[in-house]
Amino acid sequence: MSPEPVSDVPADDIVLSGTDLVKGFKGFYAVDGVSLQVRRGSIHALIGPNGAGKTTLFNLLTKFLTPTSGQIRFDGRDITGLKPAEVARLGVVRSFQISAVFDRLTVLQNLRVALQRKAGDGFRFWETENRMRRFDDEAEALMEEVGLEGFAHTPAAALPYGRKRALELASTLAVDPKVLLLDEPMAGMAHEDIDRIADLIRHVAQSRTVLMVEHNLSVVASLSDRITVLARGKVLAEGDYASVSQDPQVVGAYMGEGLHA
Amino acid sequence: MTDTSAPIGLTAARATPAAERDPKQLQRWIFVGLFLFLCAAPWFAYPIFVMKILCFALFASAFNLLFGYVGLLSFGHAAYFGMASYVAAYTAKFWPVTPEIAILLGTATATLMGLVFGAIAIRRQGIYFAMITLALAQLVYFFAIQTPKFTHGEDGLQGVPRGYLFGIFDLANDMTLYAMVLAIFMGGMLLIHRVIHSPFGQILQAIRDNEPRAISLGYRTQRYKLLGLVLSAGIAGLAGATKAIVFQVATLVDVHWSMSGEPILMTLVGGMGTIFGPMVGAAVIGVMQNYMQGLGSWLTVTQGLIFIFCVLAFRAGIVGTIGRLIRRDI
Ligand SMILES: Nc1ncnc2c1ncn2[C@@H]1O[C@H](COP(=O)(O)OP(=O)(O)OP(=O)(O)O)[C@@H](O)[C@H]1O
Ligand SMILES: [Mg+2]
Repeated sequence: MSPEPVSDVPADDIVLSGTDLVKGFKGFYAVDGVSLQVRRGSIHALIGPNGAGKTTLFNLLTKFLTPTSGQIRFDGRDITGLKPAEVARLGVVRSFQISAVFDRLTVLQNLRVALQRKAGDGFRFWETENRMRRFDDEAEALMEEVGLEGFAHTPAAALPYGRKRALELASTLAVDPKVLLLDEPMAGMAHEDIDRIADLIRHVAQSRTVLMVEHNLSVVASLSDRITVLARGKVLAEGDYASVSQDPQVVGAYMGEGLHA
Repeated sequence: MTDTSAPIGLTAARATPAAERDPKQLQRWIFVGLFLFLCAAPWFAYPIFVMKILCFALFASAFNLLFGYVGLLSFGHAAYFGMASYVAAYTAKFWPVTPEIAILLGTATATLMGLVFGAIAIRRQGIYFAMITLALAQLVYFFAIQTPKFTHGEDGLQGVPRGYLFGIFDLANDMTLYAMVLAIFMGGMLLIHRVIHSPFGQILQAIRDNEPRAISLGYRTQRYKLLGLVLSAGIAGLAGATKAIVFQVATLVDVHWSMSGEPILMTLVGGMGTIFGPMVGAAVIGVMQNYMQGLGSWLTVTQGLIFIFCVLAFRAGIVGTIGRLIRRDI
């Protein structure tokens, strides 16, 4: 069934893994026996046609959904039973396919809230907001990294879509994750911004691991060390871009759209 | 493949506004103006009437802390308001305590109830949360009916002595009483204002805007929502307990489900998620009820119509609409 071409990798090189993951929704399986191993420090792409189960797999790995069966391990530890907030606190942080920002907060406030999480003393209801100013330098640096300079005081709801994606990425980086799961981080972005975000992801991956769903195949080709192709809830192929794009099954699953970057 | 949304150029966007617009600045001035206005109010309005509005304004503001800033619609805030009212009335009447202690005991009861009810209800969202809070409040109502030794059943606790504040100031004097109520009201409102603008309040608003995102950043959101509910319940209790001392009664009306409806109405009329909306709503509804008493049961109908009008015409409420016009959070 699911190919396991990476089983020769030493166990401690695998930072995040799912084994035989299954998720059933009323009579059908959105994820149907998927095993996935993400190597530490790599950029791992997850691709596949619409409805293949990519987002569902993300939801399982971050425990936003409970798997029907299967196991999830992070850093050698079984995290299958953890709550999503606890998974995030361990350093496995995901972004959402539909842009998720705090709409009524400004860009700066969005980032302060993300940075506040690491500081940990968020229950202080008797202190003023000024306490959060201590995060402003870091927030400023993050805004610069994703190209949001000058937007500090714009409410997130007023940002154009591409910038919302950038803000979401910045707030994901703000909690200093070990593994980033990015669900179509570049959807809706213009070309010049795609290049910028691709550079950023490459930069970020120097000290972290990235698992990303992405439909833009030229981005996938240039960024990823490894690609897993998902179709109808199952792993269709896995390997580097050259080998995956040659795979007749993969080409078939994309129904003639081809995999030409 | 996907990419349903057309690419939107990032560079086309305008980076506005350049400077941080601190809404607190304006809000502070409004608080100062409000305080001065309320200091003068008993000279041109009946103090008892103003005190009634202040109690309900605080009640509605407490409700709005949960509804407007945490995004949880409680249909059972009468439980906190009413039970605090009973406890304050009972202790003021039968225990050798001064009125501020009676009010504190009522507030503490409501806070504790908030913790217990919150632990039960906080996992639910939307309409389910509303239904569970309603059910719990009904439980409190039946408890009040079933314990006539404590609540005096249909009669309620009547003739509660106002007593001496700190054992010194005679609250039988309306102006002394007014000073105490004004201090409680301002204290409660400033606490709400502080909570909203605290780091905790920012996180609450983040959870309100997008709870899954807050979770994915590692926030244990239920604990935040629970603390938000406890604060809301406690301040609603403070309002109920104060009301018991001012009017010298605590009755089944205070725990009845229709009492849970009052802050909802006031908040929607004034503007949910605004600092000053609920109190404006409380004033509007209070004045209306006062001048239309002659209408009898038509009052309810009139109120309903005004409510529908407000929801249809000003979805943001009075203060919310003004805030939009001047582009400030108030
Ligand atoms: N909560 C749910 N309940 C029922 N069915 C669901 C649920 N979530 C996802 N599905 C279904 O599971 C399948 C896989 O969905 P998923 O969102 O994981 O696909 P995807 O690979 O991310 O697709 P896309 O490229 O469109 O984002 C789809 O058929 C979807 O309709
Ligand atoms: Mg998806």
